[in-house]
Amino acid sequence: MAGVRALGASLSGSDTIILSLFIFPSLFLARTHVNYEVKGDVAVVRINDPTSKVNTLSVQMQTEMAEVMNEVWANNAVQSAVLISSKPGCFIAGADINMIQACNNAEEVTKLSQEGQKMFEKIEKSPKPIVAAINGSCLGGGLEVGLPSAFDMMLTGRNIRADKAKKMGLVDQLVDPLGPGLKSPEERTIDYLEEVAIEYAKGIVNKKIPLRKEKGTMQSKLCYYIMSFELVRNQIYKTVHGKVMKQSKGLYPAPLKIIECVKTGVEQGPTAGYLAESQNFGQLAKTPESAALIGLYHGQVACKKNRFGTPQREVKTLAILGAGLMGAGIAQVTVDKGVHTVLKDTTLTGLSRGEQQVYKGLNDKTKKKNITSFQRDSILSNLTGQLDYSGFENADMVIEAVFEDINIKHAVIKEVEAVVSPHCIFASNTSALPIKDIAAASKRPDKVIGMHYFSPVDKMQLLEIITTEQTSKDTTASAVAVGLKQGKVIIVVGDGPGFYTTRCLAPMLAEAVRVLQEGTDPKKLDALTTGFGFPVGAATLADEVGIDVAAHVAEDLGKAFGSRFGGGNVEVLKTMVDLGFKGRKSGKGCYVYQPGLKVKEVNPEIGEILEKYKMTPNPAVSSDSDVQYRLVSRFVNEAVLCLQEGILNGPLEGDIGAVFGLGFPPCLGGPFRFVDTLGADKLVEKMRRFEAVYGNQFTPCQLLLDHAKDSSKKFHK
Amino acid sequence: SKYVFFYVSSWIYTSISYCCYFPSVQTKSKKTLARPGVKNIVLVEGVRTPFLLSGTTYADLMPHDLARAALQGLLHRTGLPKDAVDYIIYGTVIQEVKTSNVAREAALGAGFSDKIPAHTVTMACISSNQAMTSAVGLIAAGQCDAVVAGGVEFMSDVPIRHSRKMRKTMLSLNKAKTLGQRLSLIGSIRLAHLSPELPAVAEFSTAETMGHSADRLAAAFGVSRVEQDEFALRSHTLAKKAQDAGLLQDVISFKVPGRDIVSKDNGIRPSSMEQMGKLKAAFVKPHGTVTAANSSFLTDGASAVLVMSEEKALAMGYKPKAYLRDFVYVSQDPKDQLLLGPTYGTPKVLERAGLSMSDIDVFEFHEAFAGQIMANLKAMDSDWFGQTYLGRKSKVGTPPMEKFNLWGGSLSLGHPFGATGCRLVTTVAHRLQKEGGQYGLVAACAAGGQGHAMVIEAYPQ
Repeated sequence: MAGVRALGASLSGSDTIILSLFIFPSLFLARTHVNYEVKGDVAVVRINDPTSKVNTLSVQMQTEMAEVMNEVWANNAVQSAVLISSKPGCFIAGADINMIQACNNAEEVTKLSQEGQKMFEKIEKSPKPIVAAINGSCLGGGLEVGLPSAFDMMLTGRNIRADKAKKMGLVDQLVDPLGPGLKSPEERTIDYLEEVAIEYAKGIVNKKIPLRKEKGTMQSKLCYYIMSFELVRNQIYKTVHGKVMKQSKGLYPAPLKIIECVKTGVEQGPTAGYLAESQNFGQLAKTPESAALIGLYHGQVACKKNRFGTPQREVKTLAILGAGLMGAGIAQVTVDKGVHTVLKDTTLTGLSRGEQQVYKGLNDKTKKKNITSFQRDSILSNLTGQLDYSGFENADMVIEAVFEDINIKHAVIKEVEAVVSPHCIFASNTSALPIKDIAAASKRPDKVIGMHYFSPVDKMQLLEIITTEQTSKDTTASAVAVGLKQGKVIIVVGDGPGFYTTRCLAPMLAEAVRVLQEGTDPKKLDALTTGFGFPVGAATLADEVGIDVAAHVAEDLGKAFGSRFGGGNVEVLKTMVDLGFKGRKSGKGCYVYQPGLKVKEVNPEIGEILEKYKMTPNPAVSSDSDVQYRLVSRFVNEAVLCLQEGILNGPLEGDIGAVFGLGFPPCLGGPFRFVDTLGADKLVEKMRRFEAVYGNQFTPCQLLLDHAKDSSKKFHK
Repeated sequence: SKYVFFYVSSWIYTSISYCCYFPSVQTKSKKTLARPGVKNIVLVEGVRTPFLLSGTTYADLMPHDLARAALQGLLHRTGLPKDAVDYIIYGTVIQEVKTSNVAREAALGAGFSDKIPAHTVTMACISSNQAMTSAVGLIAAGQCDAVVAGGVEFMSDVPIRHSRKMRKTMLSLNKAKTLGQRLSLIGSIRLAHLSPELPAVAEFSTAETMGHSADRLAAAFGVSRVEQDEFALRSHTLAKKAQDAGLLQDVISFKVPGRDIVSKDNGIRPSSMEQMGKLKAAFVKPHGTVTAANSSFLTDGASAVLVMSEEKALAMGYKPKAYLRDFVYVSQDPKDQLLLGPTYGTPKVLERAGLSMSDIDVFEFHEAFAGQIMANLKAMDSDWFGQTYLGRKSKVGTPPMEKFNLWGGSLSLGHPFGATGCRLVTTVAHRLQKEGGQYGLVAACAAGGQGHAMVIEAYPQ
């Protein structure tokens, strides 16, 4: 290649890339996405998709890019080119998902991919030097990096900060973002990046700037040398393959195909590599996994909007009751959004632990250099920790995260209502208690709502908002607005025991307990669930949620829904709680947790408990696959029932809630897409078989039966 | 309305007095800035040691030695009795830990009465401005009548510390009771513990060095390398002219122990555009525009001024040089607007004083970097910036260059951080006398994103 150099400007820690190509002044341009302008002897090629906030590699973009590049190369007055985006903070965000979705078959996608490759190949082989000036997010192109690090980027799609990219050799030069000057910082930074890039382009043409570093480091030379042995390469492929299989359980086809493409490219040359890449890309685009993940992408976008409109008042002060794991977690995701956050606990020890959690969350970001220590301190200045209700009259919203006991919740709501102003919203972060029961103690039930966060709050994206019949629309709008500010993906569901998420999880956990009682080892149970695509195994999940919480929920929901929620014996969980095995937080649950130890061993003491409540497995429904489907079908059936009963607004929110809140396998796209893909009839068939052995816990709900009867009925069109 | 009346009447009075009594002197018919109920505070005298490149003749001194020299120079020049001042305030930035209240150490050594209290202030490059305005505050509040203010910076020696880990070990060693404890502490020292901590001219809050920030600022305002080099060359050329013409009267001679008498600044080096153009960027590499030649250099130096209430000065038989009038401190974003203090301070202080840019006869702006000065000038000349960041209807307007830093500036004379403020004020006073102007304006930027501006009025001659 004649030389592609990349300059990067980093904006607020995110890597954005801007490409700009140079355009010869032409009065008859009909192009809308790519244009160019000649400055001196440098063509500045600018990318700008007028229809979107980000630039994507659409058909239009690719066509115009090819046209422009041809003109640039044909223009004798042009010696070099600069590729830049006119959008602050975005170079090219990636391929256009809608474009891929619009393809009818794998061949069409393959063709699209080949056109994209051609464009990149053209740029790579450009006879005139091209400087890529990148400002903001840029899709990966591991051009000149060594194989190992290239693998890392391609497989995980992780983000790389600009300074890291420079160290890795992905970009040649960094340009610092500018502050305000004669224009806004964003506009001026782009101009500046372009100016610097033009100077570079000229420098390359004048041979003042060398195209490639002549001296490789000893390390990279050594690396290239070693890589020249087939044996070594095969070992690398094998290691990477093993890692991928371990992480993906083989449920995600793309990473394996990527290894295949790289291997083809390295072993058989670039032409074969490109062909393999485009063909595999075409195939992958039309897999169910692709449909599932694209569905989740669209669902996530939809759940990041407030369909209840703008609330009358913005929440500027948010008070949280209870500085436990949840309360402090909610504070953590609120305090850095410019919201004054009050964290109240009843004991100094509890408050101190909670404040430390908030500090640690921010300090970890400081250590990773995502924020400076001053940003950390200034964010923390928005947090007030206290033991009393002073200042609560200024709160716009109070979220309670106190112990899950209806009497305590009632006491708290009365205390709060005695001090807050009339407009203040009261939200409960309960995971199972019906909101209307909590609201029964309120003088203003229209201001009461459920906001169910998931632990750990700063990692889990989902927020489940629960409205009762009395909750006002403005209260809902305000809760959604707060959740969106906190960066959450939000589903709004109807009230009822366990709402949506907890209600789906409970029968699956009941089944998991039965599986344990039938003599399956916790490790085996975990392997079966993760093997199905759950990121966390059922036994580990119970430990994470807390055995006491699980027991509580199982008992409460058991009372509410009766034998349908049976299966495993609740006494198993209760005995564990009595013995102090409350899960990870107590050091023992299904497993034993020792600080510093990554490998966890099964808690030997639960053997006795399980022995006491032993059940005899029925071999007809106890194969590995049957156990998996017993667990999953109860989850899915309950989800469909929630839709049938109107707890859920639609299947899309049901899928998002299950995947983002409970870790339902993303490759399956959520319970509803799973039913669509597998076929409701097939699922019903399995459930009937289980029903014959265990009874009504496996009775398919009416909506599921409707779908089974008529295969044209789908949850997702 | 009372003020308006006063202004109008005093304007008429001064107009008449100038027009009628001194018709031959080129004066402007301007009002005085005196206000009823506000004490007139005057600058009686201002001096400074020669400003030297750090590591040159002052290399073996300590900061309080330089400050002492400035104080003695002031005493000498004013003939001030050593017990006639009420208070001494000094500004400094990089503190020598042994003399953290450098004002007191210098005052004692300069022979001031040990009954005169002294304290040290710090506000980055406007530390001695802070010392002066603190003095103004004490006098205005009626607590003092005569205060010496000054500033000192000594970059030939700076505190270099052991690493935090090493310091912790050494402090624990102090407390260790048994030989075993001591040995185990000594044994815990690793090679990495020995690497020292060097002070940097960097923002603590952003970890960005000032030169780097200046380069980004220049880029934000589209200041070219040529513009910067031209301004730096102008500064050196004007400084050389002023030095040769003997205009830098504030400089005192200083016999450095063990060395020669120093009586001139040694950083003034007018060069050529070609030579300056050869230098590589010093901070943003390689495409930056700020170089060693268009930045102020590390400097050793000290300054001192005598500030008094007008009555006290007159009672002691002094002929004051100037009135110290309105002043402001401003602060803004330390990352992207680190060095824009003058842009924020200038309109604010002018408004306070009821003056417009065209009323000012003498401008003395602190030149941290040529790029910083040019960026400030462009910011003041931008309607967009004025509207977006200063909340104005239009731009501030720029000082005319024929009134701007005519005797050189920090780029050429040098910039001992803590001492520059007094130099600026004294220079304004001297230029007003020399050029026959009535109002002068001082403006400066400082680390931390802070800034300062002060209006100075000539004392009737």
